[in-house]
This record gives sequence, C-alpha cells and structure tokens, in this order.
Amino acid sequence: MIPLPASIDDTLGLLEKASYLADRSLATVLFLSLRMGRPIFLEGEAGVGKTEIAKVLSATLGRRLIRLQCYEGLDVASAVYEWNYAAQMIAIRLAEAEGGVDRTRLAHDVFSERFLITRPLLQALAPDTAGPPVLLIDELDRADEAFEAFLLEVLADFQVTIPEMGTVKAVAPPVVVITSNRTREIHDALKRRCLYHWVDYPDVAREISIVRTKVPGIAEVLSAEIVRFVQMLRKEDLFKAPGVAETLDWATALTELDAVALDPATVSDTLGVLLKYQDDIARLQGSRAGALIEQVRADLKAAE
Amino acid sequence: MPSDDGASPSRPDQTGRLAENIVHFARALRRAGLPVGPGAVLDAVEALRVAGMSSREDFYWTLHAVLVTRHEHSLVFRQAFEIFFRRRGYLEQFLSLMMPQAPGAPGAQKPASARVHDALFGDLKERLKREAREIEVLAKLTATDAELLQKKDFAQMSADEILAAKAAIRRMVLVLDETKTRRLVPAARGRTIDMRGTLRASLRTGGALIDLKALAPATRTPPLVALLDISGSMGEYTRLFLHFLHAVAATRTRVSSFLFGTRLSNVTRALRTKDPDEALAACSAAVPDFSGGTRIAPSLAAFNKVWARRVLGQGAVVLLITDGLEREADDRLAFEIDRLHRSCRRLVWLNPLLRFSEFQPKAHGIRTMLPHVDEFRPIHDLSSMADLVTALSAPLPAGRTRRPGRAA
Repeated sequence: MIPLPASIDDTLGLLEKASYLADRSLATVLFLSLRMGRPIFLEGEAGVGKTEIAKVLSATLGRRLIRLQCYEGLDVASAVYEWNYAAQMIAIRLAEAEGGVDRTRLAHDVFSERFLITRPLLQALAPDTAGPPVLLIDELDRADEAFEAFLLEVLADFQVTIPEMGTVKAVAPPVVVITSNRTREIHDALKRRCLYHWVDYPDVAREISIVRTKVPGIAEVLSAEIVRFVQMLRKEDLFKAPGVAETLDWATALTELDAVALDPATVSDTLGVLLKYQDDIARLQGSRAGALIEQVRADLKAAE
Repeated sequence: MPSDDGASPSRPDQTGRLAENIVHFARALRRAGLPVGPGAVLDAVEALRVAGMSSREDFYWTLHAVLVTRHEHSLVFRQAFEIFFRRRGYLEQFLSLMMPQAPGAPGAQKPASARVHDALFGDLKERLKREAREIEVLAKLTATDAELLQKKDFAQMSADEILAAKAAIRRMVLVLDETKTRRLVPAARGRTIDMRGTLRASLRTGGALIDLKALAPATRTPPLVALLDISGSMGEYTRLFLHFLHAVAATRTRVSSFLFGTRLSNVTRALRTKDPDEALAACSAAVPDFSGGTRIAPSLAAFNKVWARRVLGQGAVVLLITDGLEREADDRLAFEIDRLHRSCRRLVWLNPLLRFSEFQPKAHGIRTMLPHVDEFRPIHDLSSMADLVTALSAPLPAGRTRRPGRAA
C-alpha cells in the first residue's frame, strides 16, 4: 500500500509524478482531504481538469478508481445497490417446493448479501487490499436534487443503510472526489460535509508547462504562443472560454499540422478546436485573430 | 483577535489563542454573509492542526478549503482574511480606514469590501466601547458608484393589496404545470414493474401470491426564473411584482429572481427572507439602479452569459416582466432574446402595457422581442395575474414540447 503524502509539498510532488501540475491551493485541499478523511468537492468551468484529479489520485496512490457518472434520473438501484430479483424468485420457488415455508426465515434468506448486486457507492465501501478505493462522483449537478440526499449518509459516515438488511459501513473510508459544472447549485447540506475547491484556469507559466508535459515534441515557441493566445481569449467577451482541455487539443492539432508558430490562416481554420459556439467563432474569425496574434508576439518579445 | 506580535499561529503554546482567533474570524465571515457554522470552526482548527502551517499561503488555503463553500465567497474571504490576519492587528487597520488618505487604506471600489468592512466594523465598535476608548467612530462608507443610486421605499403597499395579491398567488401555486422527471416512484397505475415492491409484497404472503406493483415517472414543478424590469417606466408596478415574486419564492423551491434596469442583479437570496417587507428592503438595498433607465439587451446578455447555464437547467420556465421600451433596440437585442428563448423550456413575457385595449406593438424594442417569446400576456392587475395562472397551468403550446429535463 502506497503511503499517503506527509505534507503539502509531498502532495504537489505526487501529482507531478502523474504529470498533473497543480497549484498550491489545490494541493492543500487534496492533502487535507486525504489526512482528514473528508470528501473533496471540486467546482469549476468545463475542461479545467476536475475529473483528472480523481484519476491521478487513483493512479499515484495505487488505489482502485470507482466512477459514478451522474445523470438525471439516477436512483438508488443504479448508484447504490439492487436486489437480484430473478435469483430471489427462484429461491422462493425452491423453498415452496421443499414445503413448510417459514415466512420470516424466507424473508431473511432472500434479502441477504447473496442476492445483493452492488453498485458504485456500495462497491466503494468494500475493503480492498490496495487500500480504500478512490470514489469519483462525476458531474453531480446533472443528478436530481433528490439524489443528493442518498449521498449524505455515504459522505458523512461512509455507510449505506439497506432497509431489508442493515447498515454497511466502510472499514476504511474511501477517497471521495465530487465534481460539478455548476449547472445548478448543490445543496449546502452536502457541501458542508466536503472540502470545497474552485478549480480555476492556470496562469501562463503553469499552462505552458502543462502543454509541454502533455504534448511532447511541441515546438517551444509554438507552445508559448498557444498558451498566451488562449489566455488572451479567456479575457475576450466570449460565451464559453476555452479550458485547459481545449488548449491541449489545440496544441495537439497544431503539432499534427506541423505548425511551428501561429499564423492567422491556421488559427482561423482550427478555431473549432478551441471554441464551441458559432457566434464565438464568428467574433474571432477575420481580423480579430490576427490582432491577437500580433499582441501575443509583442508580449513574447517584451518578455525576452 | 490576531496575535499582535505577528508570531506564527501554529506554535503549540499558542493553540488556545489560535482557536480563539479562528472563532472571531468565523464570526466576522458570518456577519459578511458567509454560511459558517460552529461545525466549520471545529473543522478549521482540526485542518490547521493536520496541515501543520509553515507559510501564510498554506494557512490561507487551509482555512479557505474549510470555510468557503461557494466560489462567489472567495473574494469576501480573501479580503476578510487580509484585514483580519494582518500583522499589526486590525485595530490599526480600522483606524487607517477612517482616514481615506492614509497609505495602504483600501478604497471602497471592490464589491465585497463593503460587506467585509461592515462585518469587521460591527465587532470593532463593540470592542472599542468595551475598552472605553473615546474615539468618535464614523464608519460610513462613501458610495463611489457613478450610477444614479436611488433607494426606493417599498413599505407603502397597503395591507389590502398584499392580501389580494397573495391570494392570487396561492391560486397560482396550486395549479402550476408539472413535468415528468426521469426518476421512478411507486404508482398504482404505472407502466414499469416495481420488482422490489413486488417481491416484498409477495414475501408478506410467504411467496404464494405474486401481486405486481408498478412504477411511474415522478413529476415536479419546473424551476421558475423571473426577470423583472425595474426601470423608471415600470415604476408603479415594480413594488407589486416584487411582492408577487416574494410570494412565489416562499411557496416553491427552485425560484430564481433577477432585477434589471441598467444592469442585472440577482435577488434570489434577498427574496428568501420570510417577511415580505424585510425581503423587499433587502432587495432595494441590493439593487443600485432603481427607477433608472432600461438597457434590456445588455441585461439579457449578462443573464445569458453568467446565469443561464446555472439556473435554466431541468426545463426552466422564464417569466420576463418588462414593458419592452428599449431605446437601443437592435440586432443585439434580437440575438439575446433568441438565445434566452432557446435555452429555456418556455418563455413568458408579461407586459403591463397590455392594459390598454388598443395597444399595438409599435415600439421597436417590443417588435424585436415579440417573435421570440412563447407567450405574451398582460400583467397589471389581479385579474391579469389570475390569467397568468391559467396560462402557466396549461399544457405547452404546440411545437414547444420537450423531453423532461433536457439541459439548457
């Protein structure tokens, strides 16, 4: 079992090992969450690497990753547990065939662990030789409000109560990571049980290192230009600013096209990788992209 | 009370004072409007113990992780932190605030400063009194906003008016349309078999009988988003409509209210106060542009950009309450109203100008917006409010049916 990081610096190092370049505030929250056994609640724009954090934690700590993707209509049967009805029916019929059915005993037998199908939340409570698993509850804002209530017990006490059977409690609490894109507000009762962190866009220096780590073989000038261009785009009045994921996609795309530096024609042709709304693209096409590139060049020259 | 000598708060012999500091800090945050409970204070002390503070930055982010639960609160937190944990204590800070020209005195430009300062001032004033210092305190912040800041007193609405309006609202709530969600609940006439319910029921008879139980989709009222115009031309109606919104917010969950004149303000929290008078006072305190001009297009643009993705999920119904008298009606207005229309389940425009029977949509702004709304209704008296009730409870007009919960 890989030991937990002993300090905030250790946590930073751990994330870096999996090529996730975090800032100190995020490392602090992760460290606290691991040491205090508290769930982490990550909010932020789409494509800033919220889900990635859970994957990196699972990889670097050598834990199993259990992912629960939320969607509207998600219920106990697909998130926590379900009974194996077919097997239960057969068990009842067999008991009848043997004769002398004792109702209480039959109910006890039929609702036992043998007939239980575990779903992600219950799986996360099961003991694991590699240490407690990482439980990723992804895009919680997509689930109905009613579903949040099921989570409260799991998050606060790391246990699940099954009415027919009793309470299942985790021997060691799993590492819980919850993400939300903020398409609605999550209830305060749930947030209160977690450590909150807003994942922001990285600054220029960090984003350049991210691009160079994730897109090996990218030209040095190109990566600096790409990042400065994207950072400038985030300051423009756009409906949806590009996230880190888009920056990486764009960097990959431009490398595939064998570009060594930004030029207006290539930028116009590949804008669809960065911006996903037609009116945002229309705003950038033409002279605006050229002007931004000029500004990027000027900035780079000034920085030298 | 911050440590006056500026020593690191993590020294073991200072644990007692550290806890005390955190308690005071949490109280200040609470007064600035952050939901910080006693549980969070205990967590903060625990977190500081675990993290073993070595730097100011770590100290900051540790407290941030535990005490902040919303991104909007980060700014308030940062300012409170900077003022509170200043080396020389916050008494000096307080005094420097009193002298606007003093070096390093933060101005009142930042939106969150007023809240933080109020929160800290309150505490300080008490302490100063306790210490029997003879300092004349004039903790009045100057409003630097260049806009016309006109505060309007809502308190004059007569009791009859309120009662009548509330009665109308009550009728409205009873019949509001419900949409199917994707969750299933037990139902007598459902179309899906409830295996779990069936099995439990059959076990009650020892498995001899199998009586099929059924499930049907759960229904619930969709979220309601109200955009209320508070410009001068709407003057006489704003008060009534605010009461209307308050009553709606009190009886339903998932109601978001926004006011707009020259800019957009979210008053959802203010309207959640139980007492209507308090709620309306909170509203007028939160909104700087009462009875000013109208700029519909920029307000809608702000809504579309900042809020639409957060409040228009789960098939929301939008009530747009405005007279549509916009001076600068152009392509931008058409674009924004179209986007709003496409991101909600139903867009209802309530226009008080429709009280004139011979009303013709001549104003340019109205003609621009009209093609993009699902319904255009008058709202100027109680009977028109009652009509609104019927409209909201009717099934969707043809061509605007959507599957439940389709994201905006």
